[in-house]
Amino acid sequence: MFLWSCWPREFLFHEQPEGAVRTNSVLSADDIRRAVRRIAHEILERNQGTDGVVLVGMRTRGVPLAQRLAAAIEEFEGQRVRVGSLDIGLYRDDLPQKDLQARIQPSEMPVDIDGKKVVLVDDVLFTGRSIRAALDALTDFGRPAEIQLAVLVDRGHRELPIRADYVGKNIPTSLHEDVQVLLEETDGLDEVRSAIQEGER
Amino acid sequence: MSDQTATRTDPATIEAQPAVWTKKHLLDVDELSRAEIEAVFETADAMKEVLGREVPRVPALRGRTVITLFYEPSTRTRASFELAGKALGADVINISAGGSSIEKGESLIDTVRTLQAVGADMLVMRHPSSGAPYLVARHMHASVINGGDGCHAHPTQALLDAYTIRSRLGDLSGRRIVIVGDIAHSRVARSNIWALSTLGAQVTLCAPPTLLPPALRRRAEDDDGELLAMPPVRVETDLDRAIEGVDVIMALRLQKERMSGGLLPSLREYASLYQLTEERLARAQTGALVMHPGPMNEGIEISPAVARSLQSVVEEQVTNGVAVRMAVLYLLARGKV
Repeated sequence: MFLWSCWPREFLFHEQPEGAVRTNSVLSADDIRRAVRRIAHEILERNQGTDGVVLVGMRTRGVPLAQRLAAAIEEFEGQRVRVGSLDIGLYRDDLPQKDLQARIQPSEMPVDIDGKKVVLVDDVLFTGRSIRAALDALTDFGRPAEIQLAVLVDRGHRELPIRADYVGKNIPTSLHEDVQVLLEETDGLDEVRSAIQEGER
Repeated sequence: MSDQTATRTDPATIEAQPAVWTKKHLLDVDELSRAEIEAVFETADAMKEVLGREVPRVPALRGRTVITLFYEPSTRTRASFELAGKALGADVINISAGGSSIEKGESLIDTVRTLQAVGADMLVMRHPSSGAPYLVARHMHASVINGGDGCHAHPTQALLDAYTIRSRLGDLSGRRIVIVGDIAHSRVARSNIWALSTLGAQVTLCAPPTLLPPALRRRAEDDDGELLAMPPVRVETDLDRAIEGVDVIMALRLQKERMSGGLLPSLREYASLYQLTEERLARAQTGALVMHPGPMNEGIEISPAVARSLQSVVEEQVTNGVAVRMAVLYLLARGKV
């Protein structure tokens, strides 16, 4: 009668063990600030200024990152670059399987992106599937002259031939690891954490 | 160990929001929570952005088949479901009762089984019998969307009405809304009562006693009658009183095809007492919204001047209908795991 209660919960329900997650801080608030400023410099260097540059943040956390990049660029060059936001929910290739709670929000393009140099901004680059969806979404808005990719964290494990042009930090990870980017605007603090399932390493 | 458990909860609380949509079918609004209705609205906002593009098309439902099965005439509902499905990249097939095997005597269940066998992922249906979509939902693996069943329910119309009010007036909480006209035969009214009440609006129904559903008729006579099958609503038989200070007036079509006769002394008398005219509209809040689910009988339930006034959002309702139906198709496709 009490046999079931002896089984580990995760065995019965296919859940991750709840008590066995270990989190490490990977980037502090200062690290994030420095990485954003460096990427802003790199964007300016590569594009020889702000001419024709549009930043497009991918929801959710790519949007505040894009805004921070724009603020840094304005500080360095005195030029305001336009910031858009992109929701890739309608372009995903894994619609039914997961993310029941993921919400779709309107994309906002402040300018016509035809002929522009679009810098796509995301928090974590992982399999590359979100970026593929974002490329599809972007091409529905127009035909940019060039699309570049800026990410705060590259954690590896690509499943598609996609690479970033600007990387805040390369963090080699295992597949059991989860990388969490927390930002002031969305989460109340700036930090990048990695969470590892203990016993699965 | 203790500080590990402290930090461990943070990522989980950030990522895990409650699943807002897990429904497989959309049969009526009475089965939707406020959070679910708001999920539809939020998704519809994103769909509206898609519809505003030069090429209003996204691949979200690519490879899915949406079949519309209509046993009753329809312009708006069918056209907007078809546009919604196509804008999401789905294949859409339209079937009407006339011109299909239904004319040869095929039963409803056999028809939907056939549609399932040819690969329908979602079925939008309209049927003159109340409850027909519920029967179909029990026999199908595909998602069933009620596009209107008899005098019972029309959930997507109610959702688009509430969405239109929200996009004009913001939060519906505490808003006063009067629904006037043929309540007894109106699936639009019934679904709207649920949607608007769930969102916190105060609904008043206004109609001659013969055009109120029996349960409400009793309520209009003595105000003690408890309504079990419906959220609390006010009932008022005098339009001039009902309209006083309201934020929204929703006029309904007089459904001559569902009337067995003897319900109204004459159309002229009905029009003089219940037509939404400019004089009556002046008694409502300034800038109150005028809505009508269509098709309108101008000169009967609504005067032509009011129907074309700046306060009328009738065409906006139709436009929003596509976005809301896209949201419903998308959420149902995603909720079905």
